Amino acid sequence: MSQHAPAYPRRSLARYLIDATKSLVTGLGITGRYLAHPKEVVTREYPDNRTQLRFAERFRGPVTMPHDEAGEHRCTACGLCEKACPNGTISILATRNLADKRVLGQLVYHLGQCSFCGLCVEACPFDALRMSHEFELASDQKADFERVLNHKEGR
Amino acid sequence: MSALESSIVLPPGFEPATDGREGEAYYLNMGPQHPSTHGVLRLVVRLDGETVLGVVPHPGYVHRGIEKMGENMSVLQYLHHTDRLDYLSSLGNSLSICLIVERALGLGVPERADYIRVILCELQRIASHMLWWGVFGMDLGAITTFFYGFRDHELITQLFEEVCGARLTLNYFRPGGVAQDVPADFLAKVQVILEQTRRSLDEYDRLLTKNVIIQERTHGIGVLPAATARSYGCSGAVLRASGVDYDVRKHDSYSIYDRFAFDVPLGRNGDCFDRYEVRMREMAQSVRILEQAVAQFPAAGPWRSKELPQYKLPAGSWFRWVEAARGAFGTFIVSDGSLKPVRIKNRSPGFSNLSVLDEIARGAKLADLVTILSSLDIVVPDIDR
Ligand code: SF4
Ligand code: SF4
Repeated sequence: MSQHAPAYPRRSLARYLIDATKSLVTGLGITGRYLAHPKEVVTREYPDNRTQLRFAERFRGPVTMPHDEAGEHRCTACGLCEKACPNGTISILATRNLADKRVLGQLVYHLGQCSFCGLCVEACPFDALRMSHEFELASDQKADFERVLNHKEGR
Repeated sequence: MSALESSIVLPPGFEPATDGREGEAYYLNMGPQHPSTHGVLRLVVRLDGETVLGVVPHPGYVHRGIEKMGENMSVLQYLHHTDRLDYLSSLGNSLSICLIVERALGLGVPERADYIRVILCELQRIASHMLWWGVFGMDLGAITTFFYGFRDHELITQLFEEVCGARLTLNYFRPGGVAQDVPADFLAKVQVILEQTRRSLDEYDRLLTKNVIIQERTHGIGVLPAATARSYGCSGAVLRASGVDYDVRKHDSYSIYDRFAFDVPLGRNGDCFDRYEVRMREMAQSVRILEQAVAQFPAAGPWRSKELPQYKLPAGSWFRWVEAARGAFGTFIVSDGSLKPVRIKNRSPGFSNLSVLDEIARGAKLADLVTILSSLDIVVPDIDR
């Protein structure tokens, strides 16, 4: 049962009025201080500040495949990232090249299933994956959530 | 029981009343989309006028079966899903699993990693309590506090983004250490946060703790006796506000918490105000731990012991709990020696803390129910799992 525990003394009406006025003034004082010091206000006006937004270097956005100096992906279609992913986000579609060697055909990345944990990037032994800083991923096109990550450089 | 009450179907969870108020009582649904239920929690309240006669919480609206999912993946993969349980103290969740794996496989943790873990866990406790403070004020009608709470919470979140790579779903702890080393300016940033936190705690006190309205609305409301708290398995600030001295960090110490001097703040009355005050004092204690941890932080060294290709737990069952921001968070893993666990169970502090709601809200006014719920500081995804 809820009841006033004896530990708290009851205030008299006069005490009430004094205390209440005091707390009102204190509260307003704090707010007023920020009114007078606009530099200390921390509000940022997203989306107007989009161009100035900076992400931490480690920020984990959607997975991408960078190119090396030769303009190639480093991926060997080993499939470790596919295995490391807890959500089945990555599908490695391997194929064979003219020399009958197993190579990457498509790395299909189901963005809608990704939880941005970074385990695939950690698992890749060839450093072929990166997490980008892309954000604002919402879309009304289902196709935007099925990405083929390997691509020709410059495209 | 009157003919009236026996002829109507009661909402689930309610027994036919024996308190002689059948004619007066009515049932009110609160949630799952109610702003004061902190997520999708539904409460059915039995009321007489404005007086609460009984509350039945209906959790389960964000049930994702995370424990079941854990049976179909390796422990390392499960680790990142636990960030989605109690998302405000996600590091505590992953720490409990890391400690299990380290004990089961006999992995050592480098000293630097231990310090990184403690610093981040304590920062997260502060961040979580700050957010709670803001929301608590808002639930009582003081919307300003919400902005102040978020302002300070943001500083810590930004540090997390730089260190862990995400703001909420951090996935940073790994068995045997942490995923990457901290950036070079880590300690300097922690110092800035500590500085700001000390200032904010003072501001919080002036804004809310000393405010007459807050005092009048929390003094003696929702009194939780120590025996009830114990029998329901409450933990965290809810338990300690009732005067029970139990903090996993102190009484079942893990990681390197035994190296730091800190007090466990206790309440006397177990009412909403005590729960409020205990959390405020806990933040100050976290600052104290952080000061010591920053002073002792090893300047260099490895941040993770040797990585294993697979983390296969030996057959057996394993349990470890840690003091998360909301109380004792535990993980129980049964393994048959293969890669995937046979069963995972998470002991969430929120579930036990929520179960006392009916006991302590009876006799309070409906508006006080909001205060009481807020003072229990639940995170619904943690309860629903
Ligand atoms: S970030 Fe995580 S969820 Fe996303 S593809 Fe990589 S492993 Fe899978
Ligand atoms: S991205 Fe890396 S892990 Fe994935 S298939 Fe290619 S080489 Fe293997």
